[in-house]
Parts: sequence; structure tokens; C-alpha cells
Amino acid sequence: MIRFEPRQDTPAILSILAPVFAAVAALALAAIPLAFAGAPILESYRLMVQGAFGSLFVFSETLTRTTPLILTGLAAAVAFRARLWNIGGEGQLYAGALAAVAVGTGIIDGPPVVMIPLVLVAGALAGALLMLGPTLLKLKFGADEVVTTLLLNFVMLLFVQMMLEGALQDPMSLGWPQSAPIIDSAALPPLLPRLRVHSGLILGLIAAVAVAILIRRTVWGFEIRAVGENAAAARFAGIPVTATMVRVALISGGLAGLAGVGEVAGLKGYLTSDLSPGFGYAGIVVAMLARLSPLGVVAAALFIAAIFVGADSMSRGTGVASYIADLVVALSLLCVLVGGFVTRYRIRLVGARKAEA
Amino acid sequence: MSEINLSDAKITNAGQPVVLRLAGITKRFGPLLANDHIDLDLHRGEILALLGENGAGKTTLMNILFGHYVADEGQVLVAPKQGGDLGSLERGSPGAALAAGIGMVHQHFTLAENLSGMENILLGTEPIFRLVRRTGPARRKVEALIADSGLAVDLDIQVSRLMVGEKQRVEILKALYRDARVLVMDEPTAVLTPQESEGLFKTVRALAARGLAVVFISHKLGEVLAVSDRIAVLRGGRKVGEIFTRDADRRVIAEMMVGRDLPASRRTPRDPGAVLLDLDSVAVTGQGTRNSLAAATLSIREGEIVGIAGVSGNGQAALAALVAGLVAPASGTLRLFGEAITRPSPNAFARAGIARIPEDRHHDGVVGAMTVAENIAIEELRGPDFQRHGFLRFAAIRARAEVAIRDYDVRCQGPDAPARLLSGGNIQKLILARVLDRKPRLVLANQPTRGLDVGAQTEVHRRLLAARDGGAGIVLISEDLDELLTLSDRVAVMAGGRLSEARPTETLNRGTLGMMMAGHDEERAA
Repeated sequence: MIRFEPRQDTPAILSILAPVFAAVAALALAAIPLAFAGAPILESYRLMVQGAFGSLFVFSETLTRTTPLILTGLAAAVAFRARLWNIGGEGQLYAGALAAVAVGTGIIDGPPVVMIPLVLVAGALAGALLMLGPTLLKLKFGADEVVTTLLLNFVMLLFVQMMLEGALQDPMSLGWPQSAPIIDSAALPPLLPRLRVHSGLILGLIAAVAVAILIRRTVWGFEIRAVGENAAAARFAGIPVTATMVRVALISGGLAGLAGVGEVAGLKGYLTSDLSPGFGYAGIVVAMLARLSPLGVVAAALFIAAIFVGADSMSRGTGVASYIADLVVALSLLCVLVGGFVTRYRIRLVGARKAEA
Repeated sequence: MSEINLSDAKITNAGQPVVLRLAGITKRFGPLLANDHIDLDLHRGEILALLGENGAGKTTLMNILFGHYVADEGQVLVAPKQGGDLGSLERGSPGAALAAGIGMVHQHFTLAENLSGMENILLGTEPIFRLVRRTGPARRKVEALIADSGLAVDLDIQVSRLMVGEKQRVEILKALYRDARVLVMDEPTAVLTPQESEGLFKTVRALAARGLAVVFISHKLGEVLAVSDRIAVLRGGRKVGEIFTRDADRRVIAEMMVGRDLPASRRTPRDPGAVLLDLDSVAVTGQGTRNSLAAATLSIREGEIVGIAGVSGNGQAALAALVAGLVAPASGTLRLFGEAITRPSPNAFARAGIARIPEDRHHDGVVGAMTVAENIAIEELRGPDFQRHGFLRFAAIRARAEVAIRDYDVRCQGPDAPARLLSGGNIQKLILARVLDRKPRLVLANQPTRGLDVGAQTEVHRRLLAARDGGAGIVLISEDLDELLTLSDRVAVMAGGRLSEARPTETLNRGTLGMMMAGHDEERAA
């Protein structure tokens, strides 16, 4: 029989190891469907690792995928810290991308030192504003932000499609719903020649460190944690709960907006309505996998990105559909939730006999 | 310190069999020894009071008994239902405790608010997979229990609509329905009015007469003497004494509990100074009488304690929210330190020098997941001491916490321990340290000693009197008339959202206050 006992304290090492074990457990569980699909398990995983890390080229691909996941992961982590359930990372990402093409495709021109900050600020602002609405509705009328932010994702995607067939459509696109290209001076420069990994990755890493410092070392971070853990006590102690929530909303939406800027100005070069394969939603998984730790988000984003990139290569080698990646990601989220349980409870195996008298 | 011998207890109780035995229970939380080799016997049909300060180990001991914690050493032994020798109870299994007939009524009720009383009683006893719910036999059993015990309650209305005392009856019925032979009641009177408490005592005695063994956890001496057969006293995790109630002496037990002579709270006469807080026909509109205040007029001066008496739920919450800066007056004028306030905020009030002690210290007082140090610093975050350019100054926060922990005797594992691990009394000390250490000009103390043991109560009283003697004005909201009459210079009464005129304590006594609390006019009461 298995028994669960609540722990008084969680050993620090366990908090760090739990997500790692969760990731490993997810991979182990994913071996079951792999076996059903008739693929050699170890060979499949070898292909996956090789596909994600095996050469400079594939590693660059993995890092390219990691970049938006860091930013959307941070967006979710910051918001969840304050118990603001921002499920709208996907919509905010598109809002950021839309703002980037609005200012970065030739309406304004200038040197990169002007244009790059301009598209970044525009994108962050757009994402932030998109998150502001649901947050104000929550604070003013108690509207559930899970619902409002989630629905705004679809609204935003339809809005992007409308713009891509209207005001923002590239006249040179021969009718394709896509925007004009980002001008060279507004593009995020690549990190390595001839590879797709771009300086958005540096932006993501800086953002992760900045959010880590914000949460742990600043008054704002203190207030975010206090509001998230016990809003009533925070209000009583004089912490401006409303202002803190608004601040969190702006930071969270802004980070997700930056992810959109990175994709459009660092990678694709122009906006289409299939810019993101769900980075906004995957960011939630990343944040949970990282247990809302900003630096953990970087590791979790790398893990998720490696699974996606590696699964593509594995599917080419073994014939197993690359949907296995979604499976591993979903399993790792489940495993992390179980892992969170393990850090709070001690699990004891007890013999079938009652304890001896 | 006289330690009372156990031996004669054994002789006198020989008539009734032991139903529960705790043998050498020891439990450590890190360096803290919460239970230190505690032995305790409980006999059939007996009411045993478990008395002790906060943090004495009462709750830990009961959590071990109930399987929420596993003891590091020692055993819980129960008599089998069909009789016979004591057998050991499976460790760490609430299910086993329930099956063995141990029931618990928690201080904070564990009822599903959206279900009826009957459904709550049945909850967990019915198989999950059954299409038709057969409540007939169950209902007859519960009704028989009600008839036997006098625990009258409407079983069919939603629990959320029941009064606190009725909810408690549902909790007791829930335990009895599961054939409890041992009933543990954790501070059952903390939430009850004096009349409800009296009713509870009758019920408990009736149940004991029918063979139920009751463990009655409390730190109120008076009620323990009134209801129990035997008293066991815990202090610092050890059992320091055990005595038959009929042989008990209030003073001896109080000393056993706190381990020292209790200094009586005494206030020295003092001329009040300038007006600090002035309410002029201030009304607050809120939901229900609890959160409403009708045209209250009150002024608090330097160096005086103004007590606010009244049964809880009569508008004290609205008055407290007003003084804490949480709500704005709907009409009337609130003057703080001479300035009319129209847009209050908790932050502004705290900075202006109001020390605010909230009624619900767990819910409003501390952020449990954050550390002791963070909870001490929380009100002053934006001041110059604890931050620079928006970055926290950890060294300063920690240093302040270490001083506070020492000066206010907050028992915890250190400044970095999460506040949720602290006992109620220590949370209150933490809050006192947070708000009183800054030389406040005005203190709002809302039920500051509710749920605290004698030692912690005395400490709170001492701190409040010290603040008064230092020139602070104090609003003391309390249900404890003795506390009000000992500490206050003037007392006003709240009933039905109305605040009476504050009258000098010398002109009042328990009788007049009681009449006013019940809603009678002062004139008629006087």
C-alpha cells in the first residue's frame, strides 16, 4: 500500500530535482506509445537527442524554438505568481508581432539603434495593452481572466487575419495574406552567420534574469508575491493590490508581445497568421515545468524546444508521427504536477500487514 | 512548581475502561520539540480537558492522534470496538482513526457549505458508485442521535445558512454518526457566544454520560473548570501536570500552563491628551449588520484606551475597516490627527502612525507562504529603511526581524521560516512586533487576544498598556468583557450597527455592558 504524509518542509534539493525527474519520467512514459508504434525506443530517443543537439545547425534550430518559449514562459510565470491567470499569451504574442510589422515595415525608417528598440517597445506595448483589458475587467467586475484572456486569443488571431488581408497586406504578395517584410534596420540580427538563431535569444535571457531580479529582489516583486499568496493580508498591510495586478498584467503581456516581435523581426521577417504554432500556450507548460521560477523558465523552454525539434528529426528517422512531441510535452506537464505533489508529501510504501502492535 | 502526581488519578478512574492511550508520543519539527514523550489515558465517559498555551503542543498531539502527522516515537493505542485489550492504531492514517471511532471537531469547521447538514453528515460514509441514494436508515439514525443528544439542528437547509453554533452541532453529529467513541474538540467555544457555549457544555456532558470519551482542547480556564472531569496541562511540548477538576485550583493550573506567575494587567490613571481620531456621525454601508455602521460618533485621545464592547457581527468589522483605512465613510466626517480624510488607504494610515491589529490574524495578518522577516517588513516596504531605488535591502529586513523575534519573543525557527508554521499566539506576536515597534500614535486592536492562551494574552495586554502609557490612543475592539473593563479608560458598546457613547469604565460593570450589548438602551440599562 502507498501512503502520503504531508511534509513540514520541502528539502531545497527536492524542489530542484522534481522537475528534472518529471522530464525524465515523461520521456519514459512516452516510450510506451513509441513501443506500440513499433519504433526501437532507445534508437528513437537517440535520434531525438541528435535531432535537437547533434550539430550546430540543429542546435541553432532548438535555440530558435527556445527563444519565444522563454518569453511566453516568463509571461505566464510572472502572472501566475500573482495568481493572475493569463492564458492569453498566444494572443499577446500576435499583438506584439502585429505592432512590430505596423511600425517596422517602412512607415518609419532610421538606423537600427532607433528601429530595433522601436519595434521591441511597440510589440511589448501591444501585448501589455491586450492583457490590460481583461485585468481591469477582473479587478472592476470580477470577470474571470481565464475566460477573457483565452477568448481574446481567438479574437486577436482573427484580427491579425483581417489585417493581413486588408490594411497590412503586402502589395507585392500576389494576394497571399501576409504582411510586408520587416525592413533590414528593424530586424533582430542573427547570432551566427547562416543560422536562424537570432538575437531574440539574448533578449529572452536578459528578460529571464531581469524577471528573476524583479521577483526576488525588488519591492514590486515582494508585492507581487504577497498579492499572489494572500491578497487579503496584502491589502490589509497596505500593499496596493490593484496597482500590483495592473503592473503584473503589463509585464506579462509585454513579455508575450516581445515573443511575437522576436518571431516576426528575428526569424520570419514578415507576419502571417501561422506565425506561432502555439508558443503562447506552450509558455504555460514552460512556466509550470519551471515551477514559476524565472531562471527555471530558460531550462524548461530549452527542454520543450528540444522535444519539438528532436521529435521532427526522430519522426523522419523512425516513421513515428512527430505528434509524439505533443505527447511528451503533455506528459511532462502531468509529471510536473505529480512532482509538485511529491515535494509536498512524503510517499511511504507500507506492507500489506497493519503495522505491528 | 508543583507537578501533580498521576497515581491517584489511576485509582479513581479504575471503574471505567481506558478507550484511548497515548504512550510516549514524541514529535520534532526540525529543532523544535513539539511533543516530548507525552503519555495520556482517556477513559470511557470522561471529559478530559487538554489545556495549554499556544505552541504547547496540543494541536500537534491531536494531529498525531488523528493520523495527520506521524509521531517520531511513541504509540497511539485504542480499545477495539468489541472490547478487549488496547491495540495500536495504524500510524499516519486518518482513515484508521475514523474507523477506530475517533472523531474530531475542528476549530475551523470542515463542512461543505453548499450542501445540507444531512448531506454533510453522510459525506464520505456512502459508496461513491451508487445510482440511488438511500438516506432513509441514515436519516433515522441521525434523528435518533439528535433526540438522544439534544443537538437540535435543521438537517435540510444549506450549511452556509446555518449559524456558527448550528454548524458546530452538524460537526458533532457527523462524528457521532460515524460511531465515534472518542470525540476531540479543538477550542470549540472560540467561535460561540456565551449562551451557545453553555448549551455546548450541556450537550458534551450528556454525551459523556452516554459513554462518549471527550477530549476538550482549550486555554480558557473558566470553561475547562466548568465542563471537564479531568485536566491535563501541556507546556513546551511536555505534559506538566494532570489533575481532577474537582481538586483543581484556578491559580495552580494557570501557573502550570505558563510556568510563571501571571502579572496582572493594571493601568495607571493618566490624563488624556489631544484628539487623535474623531468620528463625527460616520456611517459605513456594507452588506449586513456585520459590515455596516450607522452614524457613529467617537473620539480617541492620546494616552487612552477606548474599548468597543459587543457581540461579534454587530458592526465592529465596519468600524475596524474604517480605522484600518480599508473603507471610506459613506457619510459623516472622519478626522485623523486633525485632518479630514475622504480617501483613506491602508498604506497611508499605516504610514501616518496607526498600528493595525486585524481581527483574523491568519487571513488578514500574515502572508503564510512568506517568511517571518518579510511579514514583519511588509507594511514598511516603501519606506527608506527596507528599500533603495525599489530594490529590497535584505540585510536591514533581516536585522529588523531578528530584533523583533527577540524583543517580542516570537517562537519560530528564524527570520527565514515561513509564517504559516507559526502558532496563533506567535503570529499575533509577529503582528505586534510589526505594528507596535514603530511608536504608533494610534492603535487599532481588533479582538487582539481571541484564541490566545493566558500567557500570550497577558503579553498583548502589557504591550497595549505600554503603548498607551507612551502616549498612543488605542481602539480596543473585544468580546471579552473582563479584558475591556481591565484595560479600557472608556467603553462604548456596539449593537446592531450602532455605537453608543463611550463612558468612563468606572461607571460601568459587566451587567450594564451586557444589557447594552443585547441592544437595550443605555437609559433603561442604567
